[in-house]
Amino acid sequence: MTPQSNFMVLAPIIPEREAELRQLLDSMNRGPGQVDPNNALLPFAEFDTLHFARFVILDDKTTEDVRVYGLSPRSYPLYLAFLGDVDGDANAFLGKLIKRAGKGLGKVFSCCQGFGPETDLLAWMKQYDAPPIAAYVNWRGRTVRQIREEAALYDSLEDYIEKHAASLHGLAPREVHEKLRAFVSAEQSAGRLTLPKEDPTPIGWQIKNLLHMIGFPLLGLLLSPLLLVAAPFYIIALRRLEKSDPVVCPTADQKHSENLSSFEDHDVTNQFSAMGSLKPGLVRLLTTTVVLKTVNYGARHITRPGRLGRIRSIHFARWVFVAGRERMIFCSNYDGSVESYMDDFINKTGFGLNASFSNGIGYPKTNWLVRDGCIDERDYKEYLRRHTLPSQVWYKAYPGLSAVDLERNTRIRQGLEMPWMTDEQACQWVALL
Amino acid sequence: MSEVDYADVQGLVRFGYAHMTSASYALVSVKNADAAKAWLRSAPVTTAAAQKPPPKTAMNIAFTAPGLRALGLPESIIASFSHEFRGGMGQENRARQLGDIGKNAPQNWTWGSFGHEPHALVMFFAEPDQFDSFVQKSRDHNWTEAFEEIASLGTSNLDGDEPFGFTDGISQPQIDWEQQLERPRTQLGYTNVLALGEFLLGYRNEYGKITDRPLLEPDAAAAVLLNAEDAPAKKDLARNGTYLVMRQLEQDVRRFWKFLYDQAGGNAADAEQLGAKMVGRTRAGDPLVPIQAEPIPGTDPRAVKQNQFTYESDLAGAQCPFGAHVRRTNPRNSDFPQRRLNALQKLVIMLGFGPKGFYDDLTSSVRFHRILRRGREYGSELLPEDALQPPLPNESPRGLHFICLNANISRQFEFLQNAWVANTKFSGVTGESDPLLGNREALPGCPVTGNFTISGDGMLRQRVSGLPQFVTVRGGAYFFLPSLRALRYFAGA
Repeated sequence: MTPQSNFMVLAPIIPEREAELRQLLDSMNRGPGQVDPNNALLPFAEFDTLHFARFVILDDKTTEDVRVYGLSPRSYPLYLAFLGDVDGDANAFLGKLIKRAGKGLGKVFSCCQGFGPETDLLAWMKQYDAPPIAAYVNWRGRTVRQIREEAALYDSLEDYIEKHAASLHGLAPREVHEKLRAFVSAEQSAGRLTLPKEDPTPIGWQIKNLLHMIGFPLLGLLLSPLLLVAAPFYIIALRRLEKSDPVVCPTADQKHSENLSSFEDHDVTNQFSAMGSLKPGLVRLLTTTVVLKTVNYGARHITRPGRLGRIRSIHFARWVFVAGRERMIFCSNYDGSVESYMDDFINKTGFGLNASFSNGIGYPKTNWLVRDGCIDERDYKEYLRRHTLPSQVWYKAYPGLSAVDLERNTRIRQGLEMPWMTDEQACQWVALL
Repeated sequence: MSEVDYADVQGLVRFGYAHMTSASYALVSVKNADAAKAWLRSAPVTTAAAQKPPPKTAMNIAFTAPGLRALGLPESIIASFSHEFRGGMGQENRARQLGDIGKNAPQNWTWGSFGHEPHALVMFFAEPDQFDSFVQKSRDHNWTEAFEEIASLGTSNLDGDEPFGFTDGISQPQIDWEQQLERPRTQLGYTNVLALGEFLLGYRNEYGKITDRPLLEPDAAAAVLLNAEDAPAKKDLARNGTYLVMRQLEQDVRRFWKFLYDQAGGNAADAEQLGAKMVGRTRAGDPLVPIQAEPIPGTDPRAVKQNQFTYESDLAGAQCPFGAHVRRTNPRNSDFPQRRLNALQKLVIMLGFGPKGFYDDLTSSVRFHRILRRGREYGSELLPEDALQPPLPNESPRGLHFICLNANISRQFEFLQNAWVANTKFSGVTGESDPLLGNREALPGCPVTGNFTISGDGMLRQRVSGLPQFVTVRGGAYFFLPSLRALRYFAGA
């Protein structure tokens, strides 16, 4: 298995160069939200291990919100974020990226601080590396290549079934399975379909993963006496905050809202980037950290492939701390329109939204960390809309395919690799076609 | 919790005026605000109060955001209506979400395109013998002074069928007018009773919350309005009002039946059966899945045969295809994929360890996405057999003036249209949108969207391909259907 990894470069923009940077980023697009995958600056399509990538200017207009806590807003630099999700090691990917598109990247990053003509690109990118505190991968181990091979398999099966509908129809599912297996096997021999065995899992990754799997619960276990003693105090402190934390959900500016929409719904998948300031104080910082570490652990070791709780529409997601631990960015790639995404979230995983986002300033009032909150649909949606940032450039390696499509194709392939099936299995498998 | 003052609600929210079989819709723009207000002050707007005997005529009025502006409503108040109402249906980004691209694109509409929105919709209903005189009387000299008519849309009475020939309007949500039902945090099992706040502004919705809307300072002008339930110091401009979505959907009846007959090799019964699969009901309106024994809350006991069903017995879509029109538009599900669950089982599902079949739990809970349909057909009846004949010269178009009411356009109408009707990835299917309403436009990476899949029962599915576009959007707009008090406020402002 080839595990996925991610990268994020987060660098302050030189104020005088912002306009130029925006122009450069726009030049990668055919229109808002529609990247040219072969653009001269960064030809994304040439990297066959890159799932998603985006450039976002983190123009957070909500930094004034800290005033509700009597704090005066700090002036943060305007950041450029460049992030992506890749197969295999992220460093290795960045190496390849620089080799092929170093010039274009250099042009973009020259608008950021600390980047001169002599700068070593990789070292600079590492210097501005912003690792996530939590990350989610829809299907660990499924590479871009595999996604494309399985999509080709699906199309080829569709085509075959269309042409042989008469002879296939009325066959028992196991016979259908057998026929399609024979067809695919012939296609493979003829070199028209490639469905290679997956690569071995890197040993280093396996060890690290195992340590992580054991380490996190072990740490919890070791700390449990302390946690038990602290729990009542924590709960009292949290409840007090929940009762007094101000809600800041003014109606989002219509222009901002329409600008966001112009970047959305060009593909079945959309990008989402949101940024905000965390509520001040240790309790909130601690809560965020523990919740997100838990999310990260669950996403990495516990969730079923293709699912985050009940949600099956997220390809990749991550949470990243910015500026010490005062602010946070959330980025995801999800299927459907943003309103549907939010509705689905409220109804299916409201507790998760509340736990992970209620530590942001202004979030609708929660109770016991997981209850209520986003149920206040109006406030929640305005809150998110206000904190959402357009991605100036957004790339997806497999246009037109939803996460559920990818799951179907993988299940079809897995079924084809079984030499024999029970009637029940065959029935379910045939229903995927 | 206060009782609803029916005399303050426009009648259309409570009644479809079925006995008033004549109707027309005037789309107007305001050319003289003072005259418009004068006309509004005397307009006999029908309320939701029950009358005995029932009235023979009815009139209801709704406004777009530009219309409220034209009446002189300050921008600060307009700004507190919902984003989508203010943005309008014909806005480019919204059109993309709604599937209004290609032939459906707003720039091809005969009314309502961006920048050309009507200001108001005036709906006239009457018993046939009263209709002409009623409409004439309403269009008095103030009317002529006040409005310019952009379009006057006629309707026809097809005896409960829509133009393709299928019984229409069978399933409607039942509104909890008395607000007696406790709204559960999670709803297990499909229910047809919906919180009042889903259809009327100023009341609690399915989340137990009151939808956002304009609340005004209690100045002299606002004295006519009711106080807001959740903010008693404020005047609630939208209370007892709601949003009205209108879309003119032209139906190519000939093309529809020709396609079905071609697919069926000319066999009438097979053509009708394929049509039924696409609609999700037979032409007579019977569902394709069996009626369940257990009653469904909010189902009219007289309509058991056609409404007492869910798709629980057909999770594989073998009887009623996933993509069938009525299954897309009302999947009849609830908050959880199973009906009886204890707290632990719920938790297991919430954490993602519930059913693991491919098609399991893919569809959002329907109670947050219901609409109240109030549309009417237009054009003459065309029976399937006649539809196969070549069109008559200068044949007038047929279709549906789709009208629906909802308190939250984005969560109700737009969600339904975007995530269910236009979505080429609905419920695990791919390459197909609604078999009746789909635009068949290619999307990036999805060159084909004109399929229709009929799942097989333990067999390979059948896939119908090359569905042409049967329905074309000809116009549309988002309106606000105010309360009687708000109408008085607008008329006086």
